[in-house]
Amino acid sequence: MTSLTTVSRRDALCLTAAALALAPGLARADAAAVEAELRKLYGDKKPGSGKIRLDVPQIAENGLVVPISVEVESPMTEKDHVKTVHVFADGNPLPGIASFRFTPACGRAAASTRMRLAQTQNIVAIAEMADGSLFSTKSEVKVTIGGCGG
Amino acid sequence: MVSRRELVQGGLAASALLAGSGLSAGRAFAQQKLTQGDILRFEPLGNVTLLHVADIHAQLVPTWFREPSINLGVGEAKGRVPHITGKDFLDLYKISAGSPMAYALTSEDFASLAKNYGRMGGLDRLATIIKAIRAERGDNRCLLLDCGDTWTNSWTSLQTKAQDIVDCMNLLKPDAMTAHWEFTLGAERVEEITRSLPFPLLAQNIRDTEFEDRVFEPRQMFEKGGVRIAVIGQAYPYTAIANPRWMFPKWAFGLREDELQRQVEEARGEGADLVVLLSHNGFDIDHKMAGRVKGIDVILTSHTHDALPAPVTVGQTLLIATGANGKFISRLDLDVREKRVQGFRHRLIPIFSDAIEPDAEMAALIARHRAPYGQDLKRVLGRTEGLLYRRGNFQGSLDDVFTDAMLEVRDAEISLSPGMRWGGSLLPGQDITFEDIANASAMTYPQCYRTTMKGSMLKAILEDIGDNIFNPDPYYQGGGDMVRVGGMGFSINPFGTVGNRVSNMTFLKTGAPIDASRDYVVAGWASINEGTQGPPIWDVVSQYLTARKTITPRNESAVKVVGL
Repeated sequence: MTSLTTVSRRDALCLTAAALALAPGLARADAAAVEAELRKLYGDKKPGSGKIRLDVPQIAENGLVVPISVEVESPMTEKDHVKTVHVFADGNPLPGIASFRFTPACGRAAASTRMRLAQTQNIVAIAEMADGSLFSTKSEVKVTIGGCGG
Repeated sequence: MVSRRELVQGGLAASALLAGSGLSAGRAFAQQKLTQGDILRFEPLGNVTLLHVADIHAQLVPTWFREPSINLGVGEAKGRVPHITGKDFLDLYKISAGSPMAYALTSEDFASLAKNYGRMGGLDRLATIIKAIRAERGDNRCLLLDCGDTWTNSWTSLQTKAQDIVDCMNLLKPDAMTAHWEFTLGAERVEEITRSLPFPLLAQNIRDTEFEDRVFEPRQMFEKGGVRIAVIGQAYPYTAIANPRWMFPKWAFGLREDELQRQVEEARGEGADLVVLLSHNGFDIDHKMAGRVKGIDVILTSHTHDALPAPVTVGQTLLIATGANGKFISRLDLDVREKRVQGFRHRLIPIFSDAIEPDAEMAALIARHRAPYGQDLKRVLGRTEGLLYRRGNFQGSLDDVFTDAMLEVRDAEISLSPGMRWGGSLLPGQDITFEDIANASAMTYPQCYRTTMKGSMLKAILEDIGDNIFNPDPYYQGGGDMVRVGGMGFSINPFGTVGNRVSNMTFLKTGAPIDASRDYVVAGWASINEGTQGPPIWDVVSQYLTARKTITPRNESAVKVVGL
């Protein structure tokens, strides 16, 4: 595990833990591995859609440093706020990308970092709210050898 | 809004006019005496005129440019314009076979029609048309917008680091541009040129890689004919993937759709009556974007080199496609009132070089820029017995010359040549000059490498590039046509999924299947990797042609398209 390289200055305070992992030669994770991680965290509870916005490029310019931003709609009050956002990648050797923890003092549940992607894969983000409800979204990032433009 | 029927009629005015009385192919042109007046004829409408050029690829002088015979659409784009070619295209737009517009817009009977109708394009002819429209309409009602892929891919632009084309374009007085291949001049040169331009290079989707700061202005407001027009620039979103990122290492691209939506809203907030996206996305991406980003009135498209005689509408958005190599300019007259497009009239204006009087000032500037390279440009390398062309999803006859040249000159077993959409055509019996080869190869990363690749790697490359073209979601398409291959045949199913499109890879020398674990000697060019070694591709092709003297295009393709 290596620590993440950069986060936006604004969101750095809200970031308590993050993980970025890739080791060559390891087996790739898959959708089932992400499912297993989610089950460990939340059991059989099903996430809803909406509220969470994941901003990743459709095609990575550089698989070594792929920008990722995540933002969750929330008033961020004591009663109603975002507690955590976990980000997973289903095609890296280890599925965990980052975990962000928030408090109402954050004011806004938003974070940005960069991740390393071994290949084309889905990025899954899941947010847990103060009342225990879950929201999830998924986006594919293509990692290509490129060339042959227009 | 204009009805569908009016839309078709407006768009077809040009083709109907030129198609004329249905004379047989070949004779129509001579009998019709197509004139500059015919080409310019347009019933003005409304209060503002947009003039659109795209993908000129630094072609200062007229060229032959055959449109594709195969240009497949996938996903929602299947069977939809611009993915309609040949006779189907003529039928759709009711263009007579053998007419000037049939010649300009399709590959049907290209070689014989080309002899009748002559070369197309030339910035001196374009200048004449633009000046005439501005004179008729009034300068204060016209906005000339250039979608980019303007500064590169001719020999003189390569030698002058684009100064020739920049000087010539400045004479046309564009109001704004956006870009793609321009970036292959390197960040420093692009910055140097943009500082000198009397108009802005707009790109909302380019950011600095560290803090996402803007590199170029995202948009500009113009006032023409009393209409406030916001023009937003969208550079090619996958420049850093399709072209060498090391040439502009601090710039990140991408679609940045959310930011585009914000740009539209800000522009409206500033009082824009009309919002225009000057886009290098490519047609299918623009089509999808038009359905997702709200509030864009007109998208001026480019990149995919499509020429369409009528706008395509997506909701309230008009998409204009103007072709490549300077063959066309689009004129779009708009009636904008109460912050809405109340009506429009459009014409895809063909630049028939034999019919249009060259503008003297531009002709002199072009001659001055070409003079120092005259001997190189004219040098005859060989002759072709048949039609040579590149444009199309799969290997063209001009690509065969490139892939054969690499096999022979670089002593390779397999060769790879990029599926760029630029590069002109040559007619049967024509001398092949150095300029013809340079027009299909002039770029800043021309090294022809020689290396070994395992069969499994070759398969991975074909699959990856296949997915760049045929991914059913245009937002995941990386641009260009399929890579061209020498020494190897294969089958491809465009409607397959990534990793499953390419089959029957065959080593042509022996007829044996490609062995995944065997090393093959591979030559190729236009690698996006820094430090690629090898002679420039134009030297490789020149050497091959000089030795071979005469090219006879093959009838059979080693690429089989399946699953259609």
